[in-house]
Amino acid sequence: MRRLFAFLLILAAPAMADSNLPPAQWADRQLPDPKQEAEAKALMEQLRCLVCQGQSIADSDADLAGDMRNMVRTRIAAGQSPAEVRRWLIERYGNWVSYKPPIDPATWPLWAAPLVLLLIGAWIARARFERRKP
Amino acid sequence: MSRPVRFVPIALLVVFLAFVAWRLTVPADTTIRSKLEGKPVPSFALPEALPARATFGSTDLATGKPRIVNFFASWCVPCIAEAPVLRELKAKGVAIDGIAVRDRPEDIAEFLKENGDPYQRIGADAQSNVQMALGSSGVPESFVVDGRGIIRYQHVGPIMPQDLDLILTELEKAK
Amino acid sequence: MIAELGLAALWLAAALALLQLLLALGFAKADGAKAARPLALLQAILTLLAFGSLIAVFLRTDLSVALVFENSHSAKPWLYKFAGTWGNHEGSMLLWVAVLSVSGAALAVLEKRINEKMLVASLGAQAALGLGFYAFLLFASNPFARLNPAPLEGRGLNPLLQDPGLAFHPPTLYLGYVGLSVAFSLAVGAMLTRQVDAPLARAMRPWVLASWIFLTLGITAGSYWAYYELGWGGWWFWDPVENASLMPWLAATALLHSVNVLAARGGLRSWTMMLAVVAFSMSMVGTFLVRSGILTSVHAFAVDPQRGTFILALLAIYVGAALILFAARAATIREGAPFKPVSREGALVVNNLLLSVILGVVFVGTLYPIIAEALSGEKISVGPPYFNAVAGPLALILGALLFVGPLLRWRSDRRPLAKWVLPSALIALVVVGISFAFAPEMSLLARFGLAFGTALLPASILPLFGRSLKRTPLAVWGMVVAHLGVGVALIGMASDSAFTQEKLTVARPGDKMQVGPWLIELAGIAPVAGPNWTAIEAHLRASRGGGTETLRPQARTFTSPFTETSETAIHTAWNGQFYAVIGRQRDEGWQLRLWWKPFVTLIWLGGVLIGIGGLIALVGRLWRERRWGRQVAE
Repeated sequence: MRRLFAFLLILAAPAMADSNLPPAQWADRQLPDPKQEAEAKALMEQLRCLVCQGQSIADSDADLAGDMRNMVRTRIAAGQSPAEVRRWLIERYGNWVSYKPPIDPATWPLWAAPLVLLLIGAWIARARFERRKP
Repeated sequence: MSRPVRFVPIALLVVFLAFVAWRLTVPADTTIRSKLEGKPVPSFALPEALPARATFGSTDLATGKPRIVNFFASWCVPCIAEAPVLRELKAKGVAIDGIAVRDRPEDIAEFLKENGDPYQRIGADAQSNVQMALGSSGVPESFVVDGRGIIRYQHVGPIMPQDLDLILTELEKAK
Repeated sequence: MIAELGLAALWLAAALALLQLLLALGFAKADGAKAARPLALLQAILTLLAFGSLIAVFLRTDLSVALVFENSHSAKPWLYKFAGTWGNHEGSMLLWVAVLSVSGAALAVLEKRINEKMLVASLGAQAALGLGFYAFLLFASNPFARLNPAPLEGRGLNPLLQDPGLAFHPPTLYLGYVGLSVAFSLAVGAMLTRQVDAPLARAMRPWVLASWIFLTLGITAGSYWAYYELGWGGWWFWDPVENASLMPWLAATALLHSVNVLAARGGLRSWTMMLAVVAFSMSMVGTFLVRSGILTSVHAFAVDPQRGTFILALLAIYVGAALILFAARAATIREGAPFKPVSREGALVVNNLLLSVILGVVFVGTLYPIIAEALSGEKISVGPPYFNAVAGPLALILGALLFVGPLLRWRSDRRPLAKWVLPSALIALVVVGISFAFAPEMSLLARFGLAFGTALLPASILPLFGRSLKRTPLAVWGMVVAHLGVGVALIGMASDSAFTQEKLTVARPGDKMQVGPWLIELAGIAPVAGPNWTAIEAHLRASRGGGTETLRPQARTFTSPFTETSETAIHTAWNGQFYAVIGRQRDEGWQLRLWWKPFVTLIWLGGVLIGIGGLIALVGRLWRERRWGRQVAE
């Protein structure tokens, strides 16, 4: 709700520590192959910026986010699959770096939530309906 | 409505309160730690950061003795605070290799002139690729690497005087 | 002096709230309602006085007041001095209690449908809510604290907040959040006095509608603001703070539909009471999540874990008490007229089921990083991939329900419905087919969003068929407009996600580039300056077929406090928006980020239509009830 007030965090971080180097080659440039670019873009939207922790690297002005985009595009252009790039990052930074939660025992409740809630809801709703034969 | 069902909402509230109360008492640690502690340094090779200085790669780290790999940058303010402690470590005979992140040779030279130069070798990581390879998320950051090239400890943020003992202990453990 | 006046008014208001609560608890038996009404009114006047005082010290930039020093600056334009009043924790909480007490007063003065006993109980609940927030302000976040000696200059307001749209976004959301408190108090009052019935629903309905309108417009405006201010073309990020505003909206949307069943047919009584409690609870959960900063968010604002704890304690007390009351009374709430699965009620039950599940999923997903860390010690992130995958399909089913739901009759509908549903299904099918032919790569969600959205345009108007348009109640018109808005927004979302053309490039003046149908020329780069900022401005010429449009995106640097922002330039055409951002200078030129977003405007147009639909329904309800009230009086 108070989204409006905010942004101090993201803005302050790069202002304090701006590198003198220009952004990396593929930080803000698209891959020539549209299919690869689409894959890279989709992946970047699901990777969390390490500096400005509330944003994906696709929406961040931070230097490191630019370097991460560069890394993603470079690897995708070199033929790696998005899943491989994601795994490479998770090996280093943990599941935290991916906005897509893993599927493991710790997240079963999360992935089961929609179905469980739907079943509970349907069970509660069922009681409201009049039986077909009164 | 059956009796137990009526108390489900309260139970859910209690569960919610329990989790957020836990979070309030154990505040989130926002530092992102590398998952590579205990694992070999991923392979990398760095171009030289300064014309006259030796650089290094991952294969140069397994020297039989533990050493520190320090990520720094001339544009990084806490790095200035850390510099005297690194010099002290050097004086104690600790081998330190520096990785200059997103930096230009002239700025690095100026930074080392002003804040001292504790490094045996310096490599340039212009696009943070090595930083990401090691699971580091900022500057300054330091890794203790043992004689076989295994990452033994990651220090996030500047090494301050009060961290000196900790670093020395980690180096000792890595022997 | 003004600050002290404000503080005194606040203390007095708190005392009155206490008195009002005691009155409701029955300590002063003698004709409670007679005293409760003026008490509520006086309390509202006092909090408005306190809020007015805070506005006054901000407008005068009285730096001896700590809050002004920390959040304002003498060189700031007056609009932002004014808006700065609530652009901080203390001021926003004062605004919160002001709205709370004004709502209480409005309830006390205007409400004639429910009986005195229930009104006194509801006002007591409202006073209890108020008391907690008065205590919070007076003991933990005094907005009027003085500094001695007074500093010479203030620290300034975050430049991102210096935006006209932004100045009025928070109060809009607050009106929605706090308006739900009245629904909560009415539900508590009704459960206390055991009168959960249709008149209660009719009393509650305008409050729910009004809050829901404010929430809808607030979220729509916030989404547009994030879209142009963040400079990356995104309009919804599933960020915890965004979710914090979405959850009360989802609950209010469900409540809005279920309260109609209670008002019209006397059904869904305990469920509606539950939703009224949940809706306001979600407002408090949202406030807690934002203020405590327990979840990492881009929008982290005025974060203070201690204040978060205070809000959590209030939440535990209010929501806990209401839920205990619910558990105690649920058995005594009689259910209303029965209905068949295929009926208006049946459709509304499914609507409520889906909205509640979406709410539950957003709630669980938002909090799950905490749960996972508590259980396994591992940090995880739950973001768009989860929410889109889970909430998206549910929302689409909800959209499909609109093909038939509003056409159904109350209680039981045995007409052959196929002739009503078939055209909509056919349109959706045709759109899916066409989209496969022209855009085979589209995501499933976008494809069905486009199909259902398009089919909804005619389907939402169907309820008007066979009616005499003159005699159709305004509430039905409102429903039609709001549902039309849902279709429009769906098309916008799908179109933006499927058809956006992106161009990231580095350009020098004179360079030309193609973005979708647009030919863009970077005509020049020039420095410009504003009252408290300097900027680099790009001059872009955009042409497509005929005329040429000029866009001037800026990269701004503010001086107090030092901040860099990018000012997006947007050209709105009939069929979408061209969106341009200038980034950093590089050796080879200037970084430009350009997007052509076909029909993206429909997202917010849809949001506004939904809000307008709500407004039409609200006017219709109030007008009708006034007439009805007059007839009763005669």
